[in-house]
Amino acid sequence: MKICCLVKEVPDAAVQKRIDPETKRLDRSGEKNLNPFDTHALEEAMQIREGGAVQVDEIVAVTMGPESAQRALHKAVALGADRSVHLTDPALAGSDVNATGYALAQVLKAEQPDLVLLGQQSDDGECYTIGAVVADHLQMPSLTQVINIEVADGKLVCERQAEYGYDTVEVELPAVISVGDAINEPRYPSLKAIMGAKKKPLDTKAAADVGIDPSQVGEEGSKTRVLAINPPPAKEPGEIIEDEDTNETVEKIVAWLEERKLI
Amino acid sequence: MAVAPSEFPPPFDPADYVVPPTDPPEERLEAGIVIVGGGPAGLACANRIMQRLADEPELAEALGEIPVAVLEKGKVCGAHNVSGANMRPSAMRELFPDLDESEWPVYQKVEKDAVYLLTKRHAIPLKPPPPNFRNHGNYITSVSKLSRWLAEKAEEAGAYILTETVADKLIVEDRIVRGVRSGDKGRGRDGEELSNFEPGSDLIAKATVLAEGTIGHLTQCAVQYFGIEGDPPRWEIGVKEIWEVPKPLDRVIHTMNWPLRKSPKYNEFGGGFIYPMGEDKLCIGFVVGLDTTDATFSCHDALQQLKTHPFIRKILEGGKRVGWGAKTIPSGGYWSMPRKLAVPGMVMAGDCVSMVNVPYLKGIHYAMHAGIYAADAIVDALKEDPESVNFSAYEEKVRNSVIEKDLYKARNVRQYGDKGFFAFGAIANAWLLSGGVLPPGHKRTEPDADVEVFEGNARDSYPEPDGEYIFDKLSSVYLSGNATRDDAPNHVRVQQRVPREVALSWVSMCPAQVYEIPEDQLESNSPVVDVHVTASNCVQCGAITAKGGRFTPPEGGDGPLYQET
Amino acid sequence: MAGILVYALHDDEGNFNKNSLGAISEAARLAGEIGGEAAALVVGDVSDDAAASLGNYGAKRVFRAKSVPEGLAQPIVDAMAKVIKDEGFNYALFGGGLLGFEIGAGLTARLNAGVTMEVTAVKAQDGKLVAERPVLQDSAVVDVGYVSDPGIIIGRLNAWSPQETGGGAAEVVDVDVELSPWSTKARMVKRGEQRGADVNIEDADILVGGGRGLGDKDAFKLVEDLAEVLGGAVAATRAVVDAGWYPYSAQIGQTGKTVAPRLYLACGISGAIQHKVGMQNSENIVAINKDPNAPIFEFCDLGIVGDLHKIVPKLTEAIKAKKG
Repeated sequence: MKICCLVKEVPDAAVQKRIDPETKRLDRSGEKNLNPFDTHALEEAMQIREGGAVQVDEIVAVTMGPESAQRALHKAVALGADRSVHLTDPALAGSDVNATGYALAQVLKAEQPDLVLLGQQSDDGECYTIGAVVADHLQMPSLTQVINIEVADGKLVCERQAEYGYDTVEVELPAVISVGDAINEPRYPSLKAIMGAKKKPLDTKAAADVGIDPSQVGEEGSKTRVLAINPPPAKEPGEIIEDEDTNETVEKIVAWLEERKLI
Repeated sequence: MAVAPSEFPPPFDPADYVVPPTDPPEERLEAGIVIVGGGPAGLACANRIMQRLADEPELAEALGEIPVAVLEKGKVCGAHNVSGANMRPSAMRELFPDLDESEWPVYQKVEKDAVYLLTKRHAIPLKPPPPNFRNHGNYITSVSKLSRWLAEKAEEAGAYILTETVADKLIVEDRIVRGVRSGDKGRGRDGEELSNFEPGSDLIAKATVLAEGTIGHLTQCAVQYFGIEGDPPRWEIGVKEIWEVPKPLDRVIHTMNWPLRKSPKYNEFGGGFIYPMGEDKLCIGFVVGLDTTDATFSCHDALQQLKTHPFIRKILEGGKRVGWGAKTIPSGGYWSMPRKLAVPGMVMAGDCVSMVNVPYLKGIHYAMHAGIYAADAIVDALKEDPESVNFSAYEEKVRNSVIEKDLYKARNVRQYGDKGFFAFGAIANAWLLSGGVLPPGHKRTEPDADVEVFEGNARDSYPEPDGEYIFDKLSSVYLSGNATRDDAPNHVRVQQRVPREVALSWVSMCPAQVYEIPEDQLESNSPVVDVHVTASNCVQCGAITAKGGRFTPPEGGDGPLYQET
Repeated sequence: MAGILVYALHDDEGNFNKNSLGAISEAARLAGEIGGEAAALVVGDVSDDAAASLGNYGAKRVFRAKSVPEGLAQPIVDAMAKVIKDEGFNYALFGGGLLGFEIGAGLTARLNAGVTMEVTAVKAQDGKLVAERPVLQDSAVVDVGYVSDPGIIIGRLNAWSPQETGGGAAEVVDVDVELSPWSTKARMVKRGEQRGADVNIEDADILVGGGRGLGDKDAFKLVEDLAEVLGGAVAATRAVVDAGWYPYSAQIGQTGKTVAPRLYLACGISGAIQHKVGMQNSENIVAINKDPNAPIFEFCDLGIVGDLHKIVPKLTEAIKAKKG
């Protein structure tokens, strides 16, 4: 079985973020890190390999991003991926969700994986969607919010969180699975793995190398435009009650809750 | 009631951190040269080694796949660095002679200097500024920014920068340093192994460079092991904020006196600084010795108090706080340096061996010079004999350099800080006028923790946080980018039950609110109290080691993510 | 017919999801502004009456794909794509929720469209829809426009409340959907299993949080009792979890969980930033704290300055009485 893990480099959660007023996009110039949710995907790939239910021949980390995204790949490899693929091309800059998903699908088509794993959301705002977009372009079944995977005979039995509780779903391979952070506890890379990361094969691919149609990606190929950035709507200051007569105070609270249909 | 924190030593034994190899030989990792610490000293060393190796192909081969490995406990190099700073350019010029200064990671060259004596309401300029405050010709930089830049350069040149990696133990065999052991990851609050526990590894090298900075964990353990201690180390603590301001600042400012108290009873030695950072930012900070006697004295709050001065308000007007950081500065100077800077297999450079000139507030260029000397000494020695462990040439280089010269001149100044403002002023003048000949002799430094503390009333003057101009510690910790996991093992070693005064001194000293006394014990005035430690708040400033406890390395990657401090 | 198609999720008993109803109401409002109709799509065995009832929220027509199973995204993508193409809808709207994201995303790929998610508001501008979404931990809001038809809008949880518009019964139109080959490769084995014991606080509609102000571990009983009568779950601040008063799984804040329930009732919580970032998106924040200067009073909707040990038990009683 070949597993591809889609990973993404995102601004470190601890860095104060801001929007670049020029491009109206997230200012990504600060510290970057491997998307924490993707570490769960990598861990899951490792657990499937170590679990023994199926033979995993290769775990490949795949990312789309500028040159600095290589760091995310080094980290992914330190966490267990055997090699990595870096899709990078100026033509891809400014791609929206659909364009990104399409581009990633093209890279994945070249790899022909049996299973694609990724974190279901990222720290920079894109959430729960990339997996489904990639899957549709690849014409593979997909699930998100998955918190448990069992592998058996070319099929996956997944548990996932949904509106009404937990669903158990059987999925045929090849498939695209987006995992939630409840799925596992990612391991720490050993010093040996970190030191050896740069030596693992890293293939760099441009858009043309994987047959990406340039009109479908980048700023030009994106179907949404950010029109404006505004400060958040001013929140009405709350009502403050000083408790003197507790019975009265409690009545007021109950009335307030009722008014808003909270009880 | 006055008590010395040193009477309650922490449950810590430095001998635990100097060990033989743990892993079997086939599992030990190897690098040519291991550098502990990704700050200016360590990275200057890494850069210099790679520069030399470009001309020494045989040695490069002998050093193996990983010629230089820099171990950095922060998320990135620079994540744990805090400074002023007005850097002297000599070291940058020595390391990158062909690089134009327009490419240096600095904000600007210092044009104007000003020193103000503050009283509660006034700011009296001292003209001309005393010589130790004259920075014309120096460059304003941030060590956090500088380290990131140096790391990038080192990596481009082929060094391996291993971030989120702690050097936990020193590996020594037959009294020769063989490398370091990295820290474990995945332990719980009480040190138990969690499901994703990953033990550290032995990293063996031909040469080890300790460039750990002010905390100097392995350095102190090594110095004790090899019996080469100088005077006891001591520290100041600095807290700094970065502000975006509408009005650019046109000068480097240092302040003296207020809000510190002049009486020798309080032993408050230090001052404030305000440095421009380009057109739209500046930094404002406060530095105080950790040998203060009032257990309620808090450097973070003194900085907040400083900001209430009308002169300062004018400078910060219309601005917004965008950064915060805190760290200790080694203040022992010349006499606190270990008697030897090199032992078989290892050398030590920078803040971890007190290479800081406190009266002049200079340390960065000394650290970088030392890193360069270390690189040269090691390369020269290994070039002749790849199995050599004799790096004593490093010591010679340091002793013949500006490091020795400048630190020797300032050797007896800081120790008189406990004489109070006026007496100290007189001594400082004598020192300046005599060009460092006075004060004479060897004025021994005393450990900060030996100073007795009492419950005074410093806290009565601290302003209340308002979240806009005056800030509390917790929101500051948040701003530092500290995202340490809450169940991380407790890396702070202190006695859990101590006299009230000692506990209070830790509570006040700590800029990150790591220490707390249970409210009921605080209110009931019990003479002996419990100390509760919230280790995940820790921004790794190192102050607790000065004040009677002990900072041990936490998990790699924990702590703040300073950007421009 | 130009307009907005809304996906209406329902459970196995045929009850429609509140967020879907909210989305239909919103679509009706927007269709009124830009012209066109608001319509809904349902899948599975939905009765005529149930489907038609969506008209009460403003749906003019309800497309029903009986043979498409509910609960898995990809077959529903097939259904929505077909109806959008056949009928020419300009926008697809989803009312927040996990399945909505998945379907919206798959639909985006299928129709090569633009998508905006976590949308908190939609406005009409020059005959087109512009979606607003918060970014950077809610410190800014961006306006996003669509370059081509259709545009996909996925709402944030609880962005829109159901409004009955008195529109009368909707016309129910049955559609036959051919499923893509990959849509049949996932099979629902068991749907909607409740896992009572460890309620995931991230899913709770109502949370009652306890902080330092509780004073000691035993006082958490007050929080638990109040949570029970409100039908909610218990959350805790980092400080009390650290002190061992409550387990880490309930922790909200900087390195704990982030929640956005309809109601967050904070008892003895100061509202320091490490906790604030974990719950500031709650729809309604009520705070009880004896310190009038506690930061939480600056961002709560209702703040009570008083002793929680007195107030909380009485509040619990009063709510129990109301609920009868």
